[in-house]
Amino acid sequence: MAALSRAEAEERAPQPLTVDLAEVGVRALNAELHAPTASSYEVLNPHGAHSLAVGVHDEIDVRVRGHAGYFCAGMNQLGRIVVDGSAGNGVAENMMSGSVRVRGDASQAAGATGRGGLLVVEGRASMRCGISMKGIDIVVGGDIGAMGAFMAQAGRLVVCGDAGDGLGDSIYEARLYVRGRTGTLGADCVEKPVRDEHLAELRELLTAAGLDHDPTEFRRFGSARGLYHFTTEHSGSY
Amino acid sequence: MKDPAERGLRESATFDRATIAAIQHAARTGVYDIRGWGAKRAVPHFDDLLVLGASMSRYPLEGYRERCDTDVVLGDRHATRPLHLDIPVTIAGMSFGALSAQAKEALGRGASEVGTSTTTGDGGMTDEERGESKTLVYQLLPSRYGMDPDHLRAADAIEVVLGQGAKPGGGGMLLGQKISDRVAEMRTLPPGIDQRSACRHPDWTGPDDLTIKIGELREITDWEKPIYVKVGATRTYYDVKLAVAAGADVVVVDGMQGGTAATQEVFIEHVGIPILAAIPQAAQALRELGVHRKVQLIVSGGIRTGADVAKALALGADAVAIGTAALIALGDNDPKYAEEYEALGSGAGYYDDFQDGRDPAGITTQDPELAARLDPVEAGHRLANYLRVLTMEAQTLARACGKAHVQHLEPEDLVALTVESAAMARVPLAGTSWIPGAGR
Repeated sequence: MAALSRAEAEERAPQPLTVDLAEVGVRALNAELHAPTASSYEVLNPHGAHSLAVGVHDEIDVRVRGHAGYFCAGMNQLGRIVVDGSAGNGVAENMMSGSVRVRGDASQAAGATGRGGLLVVEGRASMRCGISMKGIDIVVGGDIGAMGAFMAQAGRLVVCGDAGDGLGDSIYEARLYVRGRTGTLGADCVEKPVRDEHLAELRELLTAAGLDHDPTEFRRFGSARGLYHFTTEHSGSY
Repeated sequence: MKDPAERGLRESATFDRATIAAIQHAARTGVYDIRGWGAKRAVPHFDDLLVLGASMSRYPLEGYRERCDTDVVLGDRHATRPLHLDIPVTIAGMSFGALSAQAKEALGRGASEVGTSTTTGDGGMTDEERGESKTLVYQLLPSRYGMDPDHLRAADAIEVVLGQGAKPGGGGMLLGQKISDRVAEMRTLPPGIDQRSACRHPDWTGPDDLTIKIGELREITDWEKPIYVKVGATRTYYDVKLAVAAGADVVVVDGMQGGTAATQEVFIEHVGIPILAAIPQAAQALRELGVHRKVQLIVSGGIRTGADVAKALALGADAVAIGTAALIALGDNDPKYAEEYEALGSGAGYYDDFQDGRDPAGITTQDPELAARLDPVEAGHRLANYLRVLTMEAQTLARACGKAHVQHLEPEDLVALTVESAAMARVPLAGTSWIPGAGR
């Protein structure tokens, strides 16, 4: 049997359950999402509220129709969350799995400490994007601010625009890809050669993010692993 | 060889032998000293306070006959499931990584045996400690190593750690020799590297952001769990006010004597203030906000005896937390390992190299053979014994002051032996009505 077209699938899919934050509070929204009675949700009138759709731990779809405040989709597990607007500090912080897509820009610390899943920011991301990331994949359509991937431990950060100063400071084993310009690199962060396996994972990440950039346009950055052990001879490096 | 003093030699008070040895070590190795334990210098402490037992003007309770309760409720300000502990002595946060899995299990067993809580640490929650801890507090630290929303939901309370007494303003440290494969996996780090924890939280800055962060944690856990905020004792009055304003259910203040698994010696000995000076500041902040005994205060840093517990409660704490003392109760610095401590260049009673992973007692190590020396059941029982003694000692002093609950102890039950301790603890110098600095 032929697969349904997207239009047909959307037509047949049950209507999302609407939660209007002009009528109920964030507590009611999150309580519903933690024990979902539907598989798909539409959140109206978010008006930059904090902690929207945090702690989701089911395979549900959540669409936030507007701007979100701090920590939207924080600690997401399995959920597929879309913000039709911009997101404040710490969007998808400590995400474990699932996906989060921000149609607009993201403020500081996007994807902070994330351990899994995919965060896509279609616009730009501010400072400390991917700080302390621990396995999450982050794809940013535009630029990122300073100190991106600070102390990044694992996972992959793809920046389709420019990266600000201090990229990858004190980085561990995360892999960073930047298509545009980079400012100064952080302590122990170095440019590394792009090999076939890197082009393959970039292609995979860009496809997942819905972006069609040529992977060969990106440069790769990672850890020189020079600061993995303490010695006072490194005192000038920090 | 004759004692140098008997030969008329004078040791410099400024450059004493330990100082000379430290300079020589720095010159020889180019490395500053990193160690465990807490501050070893003498600072004003609970020993500088005395309890005023009842006589004519106060009415004591009969020891062994009349009740003196010790239970405490923590976190009933906002949480729908506050903690109910049988005793006001809790176990402070110590990580798996810093401690062996056996030690973490023993802490859980000991605490559970007497109805109190234990706490995770930098590195996440292990099955051993969750399984053996009836009441477990889960720490949210700047590093977020192993942070897992399933563990948040499995915890009984959440402690947002801003700092600790041994190193306020500093991050954690775990040297490569303790980053075993299991520790590395939990922390998402390569095995064997020297691990540097962040000193600031990655996704929020300042008290206004903390308010929002606490809101997120409450939302994730459906407002069930008490939220603690832990600070190292420095500007305690302001920190406590800000923590309360940010929405904390419980504030934890850790004095400079509080222990660590590994930090620079210069940090341990020179940053922060004694817990004696911090408690009155914290209590003042809570009273001024009208939330004393409503937002509970847990204090730590050098708690050793039931007298320390009683004095801390009298100064305004609701409960105390112990770390170093708990490890000693498990078996740390046990004289039976004297020869092995000496072989490591230390001695039983002096051993503080928790960072190097070679602890003969099997507590501050990830070496499987050393860790296997610690029987979690026996060690847990020793800890439970010790906790019972602390509690009974505190009850003894509370009854002597005529209190039917240890929390009824108050500053009026204390006097100070020194001008410094009187000023810090804000109780009168013994035999006088003088509280230095009062009213300023």
